[in-house]
Amino acid sequence: MSLQGKRILIAKPGLDGHDVGAKIIALALRDAGADVIYTGLRKSPEYIARVAVDEDVDAVGLSLLSGAHNELVPETIAALQAQDAADIKVFVGGTIPTEDQQSLRDAGAVGIFTSEMKLEDVLAQIEQALG
Amino acid sequence: MSEQRTTAAPQHDAPAYAGETPSGIPIPVTATPDMAGSYQPVLPGEYPYTRGIFPNGYLGRLWTFRQYSGFGTAEESNQRYKFLLEQGQTGLSVALDLPTQCGYDPTDPMARSEVGKVGVNLFSLAEMETLFQDIDLSRISTSFTINGTAAIIYGMYLAAADKAGVPREKLTGTIQNDILKEYVARGTWIFPVRPSMRLIADTILYSNEQTPRFNPISIAGAHVRDAGSTAVEEIGYTLANGLAYVDELVRRGGDVTKFAKRLSFFFYVHMDFFEEVCKFRSARRLWARLLKERYGVEDRNAQLFRFGVVCGGSSLTAAQPYNNIVRVGLEATAAVLGGAQSIFTCAFDEAFQIPTEQSAEIALRTQQIIAHESGIAKTVDPLGGSHYVEYLTDQMEAEEMKIIQELEDYGGVEKAIEDGYVQMRIAERARQRKERIDSGEQVVVGVNAFRRENQSEGVGEVFRMDPKVRDNVMEKHRRLLETRDDTAVADSLAKLEAAAQDDGTNLMPYIIDCCHAYATIGEMVTTLKRQWGEFQEPVRL
Repeated sequence: MSLQGKRILIAKPGLDGHDVGAKIIALALRDAGADVIYTGLRKSPEYIARVAVDEDVDAVGLSLLSGAHNELVPETIAALQAQDAADIKVFVGGTIPTEDQQSLRDAGAVGIFTSEMKLEDVLAQIEQALG
Repeated sequence: MSEQRTTAAPQHDAPAYAGETPSGIPIPVTATPDMAGSYQPVLPGEYPYTRGIFPNGYLGRLWTFRQYSGFGTAEESNQRYKFLLEQGQTGLSVALDLPTQCGYDPTDPMARSEVGKVGVNLFSLAEMETLFQDIDLSRISTSFTINGTAAIIYGMYLAAADKAGVPREKLTGTIQNDILKEYVARGTWIFPVRPSMRLIADTILYSNEQTPRFNPISIAGAHVRDAGSTAVEEIGYTLANGLAYVDELVRRGGDVTKFAKRLSFFFYVHMDFFEEVCKFRSARRLWARLLKERYGVEDRNAQLFRFGVVCGGSSLTAAQPYNNIVRVGLEATAAVLGGAQSIFTCAFDEAFQIPTEQSAEIALRTQQIIAHESGIAKTVDPLGGSHYVEYLTDQMEAEEMKIIQELEDYGGVEKAIEDGYVQMRIAERARQRKERIDSGEQVVVGVNAFRRENQSEGVGEVFRMDPKVRDNVMEKHRRLLETRDDTAVADSLAKLEAAAQDDGTNLMPYIIDCCHAYATIGEMVTTLKRQWGEFQEPVRL
């Protein structure tokens, strides 16, 4: 079980401009051997799904600190399903209140990472989900 | 009588320096006079202003208590502002939602899920008028944290004042209007660098004439700091950006002695107490010296480094959130000892939600207690002359200047931004900070030390956004489009478009006319995007 060679898209859906967490995770995944693509800011769910499919990734990490996660996470998951890519695992990172986490999991997110989690724990969870 | 002999003094085998500040400056075990090499007992109000920009410090006037606030509809934010003013806040600070900041109407697909979430939605002049309902614009100073659409929000503010019969010369406040840091640490850019700099120069030059008491820019280091940069980098990057704005204004024919009087700055205050105090002292000195040595500014009022601060941000934790009240108290104390002109103290729940009335009140009380109970504001720069403080001020100034020089050697801030160079450095710093916290090397109480089982991670009253906010805003948008004069709107937008084609034309009068016609923010931005295109983010890891 390893992240070596896994292809992971790190994405910023919506208008949120906080990209520190996304970049830290992207760098850590890259150092762990994954092939990482970062979308940059201000992408729509449809764009993210398209890139995920075009790049044939194993997982998409959505980073949200704008409070718009309840809408944008399900929309992105739906966009992936619409492209027949429901097998791509979706992770969520950012300021996600505890009370919102279950519904994101119900929508299909397999991991939720808030900013105080240790990087090694985040990577371990991703590794396990992609194992 | 027995002999009394003084015992021999203990040997100081310890090294002279032990450990480093978070910016990497060696910390003397005990600072001694010889360490503060350049220290001269300059008085506050005397060039280069190390001890403060005003001879009387806070004795004549306390700093402004300026709490950042805003959410939902203009009506809801208006209520919260009235509450805060009643509770003793002395200046307003408006948080705008992302659609407003990025220039999207609430109906745009990119905006739909973001309306009213991180701030108030102001899609047209009508919302601005509602925001200030029963608030006297001639007496209350308002700061807007707005950048990509700063010229438009400023335009709406003036238009609202025009309609309320408030003379423009009476308006006080600030627009952040600092696009350079958006590109590297905040993300609400819209247009490419050059046209954005043009628009900023337009607003500053127009404001200097029309609203002479207004600060048309607040050059901010807060965001690179919160993203992970050190205190020294915070000042270095910010002053480098400041110089870039000065150069742009000089290119546009501005008189530096005039416009420099209305340049202001904005920083975070984090937890290393003395670094924060000395950061501000060194910045005052460095900015004054740069203006004098590089631009020949001799007018005292144009040399003054005026700044506001926010206490909290990424120094706060979601874990054991009440600890944040203590953190913010310490940070605000450092801000006062550092001589800030305005202070925003974050609420203890800032790490995970929009503040409730309760947490917002405690944040405000923190400043009031410092101001009225601690006594530290009764004398100016009381830490001045401390061997450690003067040593650290010197060291930080030298390091800050190195960063400014480094960016100049790279080819200037605009190039460094377009190449993604600054962004990469910030990301690397952020990563280093995360690793230090994960490993426990940097102690954060409640996160990697002094945890307990079932500790609160987010607690207390939960702020619930009214779920009908978006529908309310969309309804207002629909109604505006029905009631306004479409011809006047189209006409004003066409004139704006034509004016934008000439780099030498100041766009502010055209933007204000669009606001008066009730053009929406999305319409104005779309018009300008057609002319200038959009910034292409250099995605480098």
